[in-house]
Amino acid sequence: MKAIEAANLTKTYGGGVRALDGLSLEVEAGTIFGLLGPNGAGKSTTVKILTTLSRADSGEARVAGLDVVRDAERVRRSIGVVGQKPGLDPDATGRENLEMQAELYGVRGAERRRRVDDLLTQVGLSEAGGRLAKTYSGGMQRRLDVALGLVHRPKVLFLDEPTTGLDPEARAELWREIERLAREQEMTILLTTHYLEEADRLASRLVIVDRGRIVAQGSPDELKSELRGDTVQVELSESVNGDAAASVRRLPGVSELTVDGRLLRARVDNGAAAIPALITALEQDGVRVASATIARPSLDDVYLRHAGRSFQQADTDTKEVAA
Amino acid sequence: MTALRHTWQVALRYIRALLRQPAWVGISLVQPVIWLLLFGALFKRTADIPGFAGGSYIEFLTPGVVVMLAVSSAGWVGMGFIEDINRGTMDRLLVSPIWRGALNLGSVAQSVLSIVIQSVIVIGLSLAVGAHFHNGVAGVAVLVAVAGLLGAVFASLSNGVAVLTRQRETLIGIVTMVTLPLTFLSSALMQQSLLPGWIRWVAKFNPVNWAAQAGRSAAEANADWGLIATRTGLLVLLLLASAAFATRAFNAYQRSI
Repeated sequence: MKAIEAANLTKTYGGGVRALDGLSLEVEAGTIFGLLGPNGAGKSTTVKILTTLSRADSGEARVAGLDVVRDAERVRRSIGVVGQKPGLDPDATGRENLEMQAELYGVRGAERRRRVDDLLTQVGLSEAGGRLAKTYSGGMQRRLDVALGLVHRPKVLFLDEPTTGLDPEARAELWREIERLAREQEMTILLTTHYLEEADRLASRLVIVDRGRIVAQGSPDELKSELRGDTVQVELSESVNGDAAASVRRLPGVSELTVDGRLLRARVDNGAAAIPALITALEQDGVRVASATIARPSLDDVYLRHAGRSFQQADTDTKEVAA
Repeated sequence: MTALRHTWQVALRYIRALLRQPAWVGISLVQPVIWLLLFGALFKRTADIPGFAGGSYIEFLTPGVVVMLAVSSAGWVGMGFIEDINRGTMDRLLVSPIWRGALNLGSVAQSVLSIVIQSVIVIGLSLAVGAHFHNGVAGVAVLVAVAGLLGAVFASLSNGVAVLTRQRETLIGIVTMVTLPLTFLSSALMQQSLLPGWIRWVAKFNPVNWAAQAGRSAAEANADWGLIATRTGLLVLLLLASAAFATRAFNAYQRSI
């Protein structure tokens, strides 16, 4: 069963900024789905449309089987949303925040008290529950935000850049919490992130978004294996010119060979098996090898291949446009 | 029922934040008290002008000050919405099944509550310096009620403008540009019959004047209940329109994000 279906979403903001350019996606119920892309790729716009906050110019979307425009009211009851910006009220205590949220979703009386207590415990805020949210650390505020999105036990949870601005420890903690939710509560989670390792770690399927379109999709492993093989990096003991690598180029299974001063890089089918042959070939040409490393392809490589630019480059581009 | 419950939840949120700043009552009273005591002293001789009916100027001025404090206090209510929008709190509420009208009405309820508290304090102060209100508690209750009604109108307008502009500077500019002229183009500070002809004509369409007339009449010996009823009715109609505006402003906001 599909928990989220979107077809051909487009959205142009005032000033002609095209945020979505025909984006489609499908999310299987009970899975964690990653929406990966640099800043400004269209991730947040997608989440805003799917959560009924904003409307697409064209295209259709269904969440929990309900149309996000015609059935907005019922969609809102089925989803939990943790936005990019903190949604909590800093002038209220953690408990008061959760109580108001519970009331808005019709959770009242004794049930409300039980639910709020459970949630505070679950996100590790039972002791801080009576304190004003503005006194919380960044990690605590984020956890309260997550708890606010869970008050009514939603079927589908949207997490928009949930770990941005968190320190590594708080990030790891939130990752564990997200995995636990998907596993124990069988929730469907759509997660946007511009951290490659976050998508890699959490999502069972992911799409890579660039400039409002999906440029690649699959499981993290599928996407990485599409790249065929590993990257081998060999450090030579002295600088050589391109000719010295001619015998390496002739080896079977070697592609994308580059030599830059003392650094030789190549893509090979199987890194561990290729290295001995590679070193032998180089030494036959009289080139001595100082060190060799093998790198498994990362999602960064996947992004580079599909979007035609590195992730960092894309982020920088966006910042320049914004500035 | 859901509508009422949601409105109460929003109101509770703002009221609680207000109560957590106990200095608020004191600070927000400075302005009306200055108006009452300084204006009262400065224009004391107004009561001697031929054609000025009734007792002392401060007795005349008190309903005017109550109306003025309602306008000036309610005008800034939209600041809370701008903060909520910038922070993300508003987006969280908008993706919840909350009844949309509750967002404005809850914030308006908090504003009206603080206007009622401030009005009662100003009226008490006025009594302490020798003013006299005819029609007893009923008259004072009508005065406080129209002030609350006028405050609700301005709070709704402020919220609507806040949602549409989302900028503090713009809201400050608009509030200042609107509230001061409306206050002076009314009988808040000067008896209606002594106003220049053109101001008297403009004041007919000025909600601040409707509230000033109704509130003042309720405190007078020969209260004109017909006038009080029509002006109150006009304010109620205006409140319906401005609350609808504030609630519909969210549609424009959601289209723009």
